[in-house]
Amino acid sequence: MEQTRTTHSRRSFLKSSLLAGGGLMISFSWLPKAGQANTPHHPVAPEAWNELTGYVRIYPDNSITILNPNPEFGQNVMTSLPMMVAEELEADWKKIVVEMGPHDSTKLGAQFTGGSNSVRMYWRPLREAGAAARQMLLQAAAESWSVPIEELTTRAAIIYHEKTGKSGTYGSFASKAATLPVPKGMKLKAPKDFKVVRNSQKNVEGIKIVSGQPLFGIDYKVDGMLIAMIQHPPAFGMKLKSFDATQTLKMPGIKDVFTLKLYEEGFEQGGFDTRSFNDLLVVVGNTTWEVMNARKKLIVDWVPAGDTKDTFGGRGTKREVTVPGALESTTAQLAKMEEYAQKPAQQLRKDGDPETAFKNAAQIIERTYNAPFLAHNCMEPMNFFAHVTAEKALLAGPLQAPGWSEPTLAKLLQLPAEKIEIQMTRMGGGFGRRAYGHYLYEVALIAKKVQAPVKLIYTREDDMTYGIYRPMYTATYRAALDANKKLIAFHVKGGGIPEHAIHANRFPAGAVDNYLAEGWQIPSNITIGAFRAPRSNFNAAAEQSFLDELAEAMGKDPIDFRLELLQKVKEKPVGRNNEYDVDRYTGILKLVKEKSGWGKPENNKYNRGVAAYFCHNSYAAHVVDIVMRNNRPYVERVYSAIDCGIVINPDAATNMVEGAVIDGIGNAFYGKLSHKDGAAEQSNFHNYRMIRHSEAPAKIEVHFVQNDIDPTGLGEPPFPPVFGAVANALYKLNKKRHYNQPYLNNPLQSGTVTNNKKPF
Amino acid sequence: MLKLTINKKVYNLDIDPETPLLWALRDVIGLVGTKYGCGMAQCGACVVHLNGEAVRSCVTRVSRAAGKEVVTIEGLSDNNDHPLQQAWLELDVSQCGYCQAGQIMSAAVLLRENKNPTDKDINSAMEGNICRCGTYLRIHKAIQLAADIQRKGSK
Ligand code: FES
Ligand code: FES
Repeated sequence: MEQTRTTHSRRSFLKSSLLAGGGLMISFSWLPKAGQANTPHHPVAPEAWNELTGYVRIYPDNSITILNPNPEFGQNVMTSLPMMVAEELEADWKKIVVEMGPHDSTKLGAQFTGGSNSVRMYWRPLREAGAAARQMLLQAAAESWSVPIEELTTRAAIIYHEKTGKSGTYGSFASKAATLPVPKGMKLKAPKDFKVVRNSQKNVEGIKIVSGQPLFGIDYKVDGMLIAMIQHPPAFGMKLKSFDATQTLKMPGIKDVFTLKLYEEGFEQGGFDTRSFNDLLVVVGNTTWEVMNARKKLIVDWVPAGDTKDTFGGRGTKREVTVPGALESTTAQLAKMEEYAQKPAQQLRKDGDPETAFKNAAQIIERTYNAPFLAHNCMEPMNFFAHVTAEKALLAGPLQAPGWSEPTLAKLLQLPAEKIEIQMTRMGGGFGRRAYGHYLYEVALIAKKVQAPVKLIYTREDDMTYGIYRPMYTATYRAALDANKKLIAFHVKGGGIPEHAIHANRFPAGAVDNYLAEGWQIPSNITIGAFRAPRSNFNAAAEQSFLDELAEAMGKDPIDFRLELLQKVKEKPVGRNNEYDVDRYTGILKLVKEKSGWGKPENNKYNRGVAAYFCHNSYAAHVVDIVMRNNRPYVERVYSAIDCGIVINPDAATNMVEGAVIDGIGNAFYGKLSHKDGAAEQSNFHNYRMIRHSEAPAKIEVHFVQNDIDPTGLGEPPFPPVFGAVANALYKLNKKRHYNQPYLNNPLQSGTVTNNKKPF
Repeated sequence: MLKLTINKKVYNLDIDPETPLLWALRDVIGLVGTKYGCGMAQCGACVVHLNGEAVRSCVTRVSRAAGKEVVTIEGLSDNNDHPLQQAWLELDVSQCGYCQAGQIMSAAVLLRENKNPTDKDINSAMEGNICRCGTYLRIHKAIQLAADIQRKGSK
């Protein structure tokens, strides 16, 4: 195999090679910009892992295969990423075969789904790969036909030379093209010339989904595969003391019951190695049902674990963290949060002199917002397959970031990374949950122990009560108004278990002369993880509700009020590091105002709420229209305005926004995971309320801002502002502000907070 | 031995009769289109047809299916061209796709019984199927479209 390597820019290169049996393969490697620190909320893998590789294969019979490098969890990257290659290649989209890429942490790099990153991250390299392949095919044709390359045109994977009437397929030139050097500095198409991108293309796996073909991790099967389940403690803060498996072992199909330690003492965990329980009580058998059934016969003694220690490694530093052992309950957690809220906190940003401004205020509005833990509830519960031998390991299943799990897997199995193969299946949802690889590690250790291929399955109950939740949050917002009802100071103090959600540099930072943001946190043994738009999903509820109340107190229209603040940022921004782009923020507010017919009398019959938020590089605003139906609030219509730059696949993007809206309404109305003495109080869908079919809005109108900005991501941004818009619409319905989530289903009851009374 | 007819094929299973049909399908027969979501009749991911009725296979004993006709998503149509499958593709309903087999199987019984389902009819037929990705709106429209396709086809 011949290879040509061309450095394209400082950080990317393309390679071409001749396919066995003839044909051209273009593969690319690319290092995205190193970003912030690698934390669960700003996931950036170490640079060395961040080399991404993909390929385009053009076969002599003119069939074309494009590899999707990134894990698919419903965001439709299997379709949208290959579309970007096809655009520059000028291939016939309908004939392209898409394949899921393998994972290889040394050659192929960190393929990760999260942070609304997929499209943004691959936008340039995938188009460059397509453009380079096309250029080489043109070069090959020009040489064969002895015509100037400039006179050639391409359409649907065919090259034409008009003057001589010659034409030939890409496939017929592919082998020759493979011998040519990869061109440098490809000129990419201007947006006005897009033919594939910006045109709706159907999900390439749609047919497999509607016909029930095996696609998901839970569908993975090999001969002789065993099924494993883990009995985890009934509560956070508990651990295994002893067990009696006599009856379990007598049950049909049961192979073994044993315990394993996930991490040995002092094991250096990486940032996404969170696990809730370390002692695994494992039941292994032939079939899922046999194992489920036999588990019920276990007699187990659990004891309080007391305080434990976690060790975190990576980047040359080692950090020990004490995990408190208390068995926590939601009511006590709320009381503790109220207590912490009164204490001094870490200052995150300060502009001007907020203390004096508050002292001189004619009016102060102060409101506290609370939100519970949330379970991800991916419809496909956590599961993974492993087959581990002394020499190598094969793992397969649903996972958002194989590159983050592989180093830990290598340490746990004591195998070099190149001996570990991780296959990424389609995921039945992810929402952040599957960035945490504990279930891979668990199955790998189980497979090593049983010396057979094995699939670990979490039951719904295992999945829901395991942890890795959206954190429990609180925030107190204060605004100072002068005698003319002008906003002179703004203060937010946020906290949470075990982290706060405050983004100190986001709107309305920059719009208020005197501004203060503070944060505090309470450690806990209840584990947390990224959940669709981490932190933002709380902030957009609290802050956007507060701005609505503030606008009302100032006698202003809520959209105009936000626009005025943004105008101020545009003219004279306060402070530095304001994270958002004023024009794009303004743009979505104006668009949603226009499209929703804001203020038009024909909409008066609706209880309307608005919210707008910036996160993960994109902008989203919603107007939500609530009515009463069967004595319950019902979101009948939603108008959404989104600015995510260039939209790759408009219909699929619209689907994603519709989904975010419905998911947002469901979580805002009902989402809640509470605890009593360390035990989750919800364990399955009979007591964890999910939004149902009849509760979805009858209409969701999605409008994208039309611009030529490089794509900035879409999976997360539309989700957070749904909460705020829903809260503000509910207020219109019954003139009652909603400070505690979930808004309709047993909201968190704050015991002693007194400041949410109407002060005027 | 239990004798089951699944998607017109006969299977003789040596299996604990208490086993839920879901796990018989998935683990023993190898038809994995029917999904596990909750195991307690709450989510609809496991819906199959038993003598034409929509049942939740996670709480249906395999013994109850003995001697009856079982249809799973894999057997809903001969060429993946059931009006619902066509409509699902036309409106590109799926996101992650995990819930969709159950959604389609629930909708199929509705459409067979009711050629012109109203919004209310669709709501009540689909209330037992959860979709965390939030594709309900498209599912709703796809059922209406499938009803349309079905009416045109039968003319
Ligand atoms: S798995 Fe049967 S209803 Fe959920
Ligand atoms: S499409 Fe993902 S759960 Fe329905």
